[in-house]
Amino acid sequence: MADVALSTHGLTKRYGKATAVDGVNITVRHGEIYGFLGPNGAGKTTTLRMVLGLVRPSAGTAEVLGRAPGDPAGLARIGAMVESAAFYPYLSARDNLEVLARHANVPRPRVADVLTTVGLAARAGDRFASYSLGMKQRLGVAAALLKDPELLILDEPTNGLDPFGMADMNDLISRLGHEGKTVLLSSHNLAEVQQICDHVGVIFKGKLVAQSTVDELRGSAVLVISATPIEQAEKYLVGLVGREKVSVERDMIRVNVDGHESASINRQLVLAGVEVHELRREERSLEEAFMAMSATYAGTRGGSDAR
Amino acid sequence: MLGSYSGELLKFVKRPAVWVVAGVWLALLLAFTELFPYIAYRSASNTQLAAGLLQPLLPAQLSGHAITGYPVWGGSLILVLGALCSGSEYGWGTLKTMLSNRPGRLTFYFAQLATLASAIAALVIVAFALSSLASVLIARSANVELDFPTATALAQAMAAGWLILVMWTLLGASLSIVFRGTALSIGLGLVWILAVENLIRYTASLIDAVAQAEKFMPGADAGSLVAALGAASASQTGIAAVVSGSQALWSVVLYTLLFGALGAVILVRRDVQ
Ligand SMILES: Nc1ncnc2c1ncn2[C@@H]1O[C@H](COP(=O)(O)OP(=O)(O)OP(=O)(O)O)[C@@H](O)[C@H]1O
Ligand SMILES: [Mg+2]
Repeated sequence: MADVALSTHGLTKRYGKATAVDGVNITVRHGEIYGFLGPNGAGKTTTLRMVLGLVRPSAGTAEVLGRAPGDPAGLARIGAMVESAAFYPYLSARDNLEVLARHANVPRPRVADVLTTVGLAARAGDRFASYSLGMKQRLGVAAALLKDPELLILDEPTNGLDPFGMADMNDLISRLGHEGKTVLLSSHNLAEVQQICDHVGVIFKGKLVAQSTVDELRGSAVLVISATPIEQAEKYLVGLVGREKVSVERDMIRVNVDGHESASINRQLVLAGVEVHELRREERSLEEAFMAMSATYAGTRGGSDAR
Repeated sequence: MLGSYSGELLKFVKRPAVWVVAGVWLALLLAFTELFPYIAYRSASNTQLAAGLLQPLLPAQLSGHAITGYPVWGGSLILVLGALCSGSEYGWGTLKTMLSNRPGRLTFYFAQLATLASAIAALVIVAFALSSLASVLIARSANVELDFPTATALAQAMAAGWLILVMWTLLGASLSIVFRGTALSIGLGLVWILAVENLIRYTASLIDAVAQAEKFMPGADAGSLVAALGAASASQTGIAAVVSGSQALWSVVLYTLLFGALGAVILVRRDVQ
């Protein structure tokens, strides 16, 4: 398993009677951008805390870059921002990073580099306390980048960023991915996860309910067909691809088949004497897939708050 | 470890609250150990009383006299400093930033303690410089010949003063780790130094069991250590030879280690949010 950067085995955290994280097994491979999804209170942050050694698991283990969580030698190769960016309010951004750099024995020039990377260079001399939410978040990411780490653990890094900031951040994360860094990213922005992540893990009420590539999670595309007479079209399609793959929703027939079959299906419907008004390929977005899962696993759209 | 120490030092010297505490501490030192006793001497009604009041203020008495404030009020402000340094990490959420960055928990903790200990060493040196200056000025104004304590006596007094302040700052730091913040730890620490130790001191003369217990109190032992170095006993400064000098020294050293270990054990074991 040399290609595994981070893995957890039955990772569990209980707070009193409540189980925040329940037997989670995640595997993040080297060089992959892994999206960690779940509703509020699902246990994402708690999992990341355990992986970083901030919180001790009630059960289970984690291995990060071949080491136990919190091992200084491992932490030297990890950059992290958990929950929100927290820094010394009376220090400037530059001094805050300088403090971290000294602790981690990082060469001085790195500080200016990462400030530039996150677009804070112009305000680097201002006190952290005077920063806006988005600027604080950028500094958090700058701190995570400081050690030029192999593995980045970012908990909702785009939280509080404006649209430009989000776009910048997503570009940055994609770029890091292309440079061969491993990124474990928790996020509520599913469009952004769909765009930049290779793999995702989905956690509901502390349990990992899915772990796969983004495409696998989104499932195959469907063909949406509008045709008259609709009964005849439906009957014909059932004969063609099978009952379980055909459904009718609001005067549209949805057929679960690969997109490349659309031309042949169209031709066959027409030959069968059905009038085809519209035929398009529809892909389920990650967000739709996630919503569908939440209906199954969380009962409601809410997270474990409703527990 | 050196990198962590220099990181903590940077945080420390750039923090305004640190300079406020140091400034207030030095101002109180000059007021309580030099200025007020000097005014009392100047306004003494007879020469015999005046001579008694002048005696401890002269350079010859510097080694004991300069640290009379350390066991009680000096210690209480320094306890605040320790609690501020460790406890603020919780309020600001910076503990997780630091601990997920690089240093192990113990490295981080000991870097913080080393910073406090070296800052206190600097403070004690400045305090002794100011006290010597004041004593020389007082001797001049009273037309008394200058006579200084030996270098050994001075060094002993400075070391003892440093040790007492380190003990109290470690109490502040470890309480702030126990209570995950500054407010409660400062409150309880001050109640201990200023109220509990004081009440024990008063009750000790009435109840024998309390008198026995007093011998094991950190504040009373710090007072005994200062008394052993020649400071005049006084109830308001908490200076009294409750135990022998060597027992006092052992006790202060043990309390210092105990407070330091308490913070370390709790920091290492607890989850960081
Ligand atoms: N220190 C704690 N004590 C008690 N319960 C806790 C503690 N920390 C977390 N929890 C609980 O654990 C659960 C998971 O919390 P966590 O912060 O991991 O969620 P999350 O997935 O990060 O949510 P969000 O999307 O809102 O950030 C929540 O129900 C939370 O209340
Ligand atoms: Mg969270």
